[in-house]
Amino acid sequence: MKISRFAALAGAASLAVGLSACGGGGGASGGDSIKIGIKFDQPGLGLNDAGKYSGFDVDVANYVAKELGKTKVTFVQAPSKQREDLIATGQVDLIFATYSITDARKEKVSFAGPYFIAGQDLLVAADSTITGPKDLDGKKLCSVTGSTSADNVKKDYPGVQLQNFDTYSKCLDLVVNGQLDALTTDNTILAGYAAQPAYKGKLKVVGAPFSEERYGVGLKKGDVELCKKVNTALEKMVSSGEWQKAVDKNFGPAGFKVDSATNPPKPDACS
Amino acid sequence: MSSSVLFDAPGPRGQRRNQIIAVIGGVLLLALAVLVIRALYNNGEFTSAKWSPFGQWSTWRFYLLLGIWNTIKAAVAAVALAMAFGFVFGVGRLSQNRAIRWISGAIVEFCRAVPVLIMMIFFFGIYAYNGVFPAAWNPFAAVVTALTLYNGAVIAELVRSGVFGLPKGQAEAGLSIGLTPSQTLVQIQLPQAITAMLPALVSQLVVILKDTALGTIITYPELLQQAQNLASARSNVIPALLVAAALFIGINYLLTLLAGRLEARINRRGHTAGAAIGRAPTVPGAPIDQGAAAAMTPHEARDAAAKAGPQDRV
Amino acid sequence: MGELFAQFDVWSAFGQTLYLAFFSAIGALIIGTILAIMRVGPVGIFNKAGAAYVNLVRNTPLTLIITFCLIALHYQLKIYLAPEDSPTSIVDNGVRWAIVGLTVYHAAFVCEALRSGINTVPTGQAEAARSIGLTFTQSLREVVLPQAFRGAIAPMASVLIALIKNTTVAYAIGVAETAAFMRDGLEFRPDLSFLIFVLVAGFFVLLTMPLGIALTHLSQRLAVKR
Repeated sequence: MKISRFAALAGAASLAVGLSACGGGGGASGGDSIKIGIKFDQPGLGLNDAGKYSGFDVDVANYVAKELGKTKVTFVQAPSKQREDLIATGQVDLIFATYSITDARKEKVSFAGPYFIAGQDLLVAADSTITGPKDLDGKKLCSVTGSTSADNVKKDYPGVQLQNFDTYSKCLDLVVNGQLDALTTDNTILAGYAAQPAYKGKLKVVGAPFSEERYGVGLKKGDVELCKKVNTALEKMVSSGEWQKAVDKNFGPAGFKVDSATNPPKPDACS
Repeated sequence: MSSSVLFDAPGPRGQRRNQIIAVIGGVLLLALAVLVIRALYNNGEFTSAKWSPFGQWSTWRFYLLLGIWNTIKAAVAAVALAMAFGFVFGVGRLSQNRAIRWISGAIVEFCRAVPVLIMMIFFFGIYAYNGVFPAAWNPFAAVVTALTLYNGAVIAELVRSGVFGLPKGQAEAGLSIGLTPSQTLVQIQLPQAITAMLPALVSQLVVILKDTALGTIITYPELLQQAQNLASARSNVIPALLVAAALFIGINYLLTLLAGRLEARINRRGHTAGAAIGRAPTVPGAPIDQGAAAAMTPHEARDAAAKAGPQDRV
Repeated sequence: MGELFAQFDVWSAFGQTLYLAFFSAIGALIIGTILAIMRVGPVGIFNKAGAAYVNLVRNTPLTLIITFCLIALHYQLKIYLAPEDSPTSIVDNGVRWAIVGLTVYHAAFVCEALRSGINTVPTGQAEAARSIGLTFTQSLREVVLPQAFRGAIAPMASVLIALIKNTTVAYAIGVAETAAFMRDGLEFRPDLSFLIFVLVAGFFVLLTMPLGIALTHLSQRLAVKR
């Protein structure tokens, strides 16, 4: 009897595993549906707040999907580390997730776009006098573990002190309260946070980017046809003014000025 | 031993002194709490903007309850797999075959020696890099793998010490009626050991549940991670952490109570000859291990286990 | 292997782990002993406070405790454990607050280990101590605790080993210890994953296994023969 009860326990447990196993996955989609990978936790870019998707990446993704004739869009969380894997295994068709085009990544996925040129920048308290990384010597900088942005600053200004967390949100209050002097990552992400109601007027993006991040649309390696379609959609988004609208809507509230010398960018040729 | 033997029942003067100490101590503890709360208040951590999200159903539906569900999902999967792992290697360590015993021992000791977080980060890297699972599963898979290996090793030790905790007469009786040693193990010793282990298994669940929180470091959307996502969306880091802590404490406290109930029930029924194994010796050869336990009478063994209690799970 | 040591500061990561473990162990031993005394002592409110502490802390994930220490206590309440204006303020405060977090967490387990040690002391011992007129403090100091510590060696060893492994959680607040090295290593050299894992796992095996064996041996040798 004890055994049988134990077996029942084990059975229930394995059932739960089975259930959990049904959660994700699925192949690439056809017809009028499409799976798109976005960030779920980046206000202003890709945010899944209680089932409502918002942000610049989401707006561009929706526009492109519409142009591709896809009416059913399913958003899938695409954390930074898993983007290549999501594409390679066909779990998503496209990725709009602050996905910088780099040669290393091109070995595993193809890119359409870029649809935005971002740059690593600093977020500081509204009354701060910091105007760029050069002012950071001896100051306290916040970032997340594994971010190249903090490494870039640290390389040029070894006097800067670095506080690493696992999420940017932990940095924000500390920058507002002045315990830390700045937060660094892509200016788009910074603008997204600065635009949050709780931080409006308390934080500003410095506006002196010290790198160039070309956000592309990740897609299956070698799918030139899809790449061209996406590029056409992106160009149309810019020419129709929808692109500018999306920028204003998502980055405007933070007072973040998009670098118009590089934006909107012309998509690269597909290969 | 009840702690009250440590001191005489205090007389009138002693009682007064204790009361004074109690008041001073109470005031100090209270003052500390007030100080912390006031400082947080002054920093604007108790504004309604930061706390109102917790009054909304969507916050619970999409963040906290989802987080709890993911936490439980990973914990249950890990418990099931850890039990399988624990039984295989626990029985392996009891094997007649020296090679099997040695290999099982080495695997169990290794899994106990490596921090869970290290295993999590490693398996997450391996799964993500090699595409073993669909990408969306990687964090879940890594969390479950790491928890399985570590807790499986702990359960293997529970199995082993459970069998050793049985009175020798059980095995002798089995052998004397002509069962082979492995039959004795499967039909006589293990069933009793398992019953005795149940409370320890439930309290191991507390450990697993707590350790799923490490999954936040590899972006598994368990409770802590979901609380942080909530904090990203609603800019309320401290309130979100406090609520997450309260939820963890509540769930684990319930589990601890359950473990206590289960243990009391098993002790009362006395169906098993073995003692409820209060704890997994996380050290090779800790007290309720082979030598010591084998030398104990059943009565002593039960006492020792009851004394040790399910406390020292870190 | 050489490559790894050239690219990453492996030794300082290992050193940081040892540093965290050493000071947290001392802290946890001190606080844990105080808690255990509170729990077995004659003052009711201390019993309750001790029990509440143990139940709260034991049921909270360590990740949360350490994160809370740094974010709430250090940054929000502005409690500095290292000078605010020192050039290594962030690193020093991070490490020290990690030690506080580890101490607070493991003290609960030390307390329970000690209590189980106290439970191994036969009632007669305490009764004898009382009957010759020793006070609570005296009987604890002279009779009960010396035996309790010996009886608690085995459970304490479990706590110590768990503490050493748990120092990896300090990674959550950006302390550059072994888990941070592991993460960076896997991030930048995924081709060397297995080597990195073997190195890190080996470090912990070397650290905890001999300790476990030695302490078990010690607990058996020191066990109060009855």
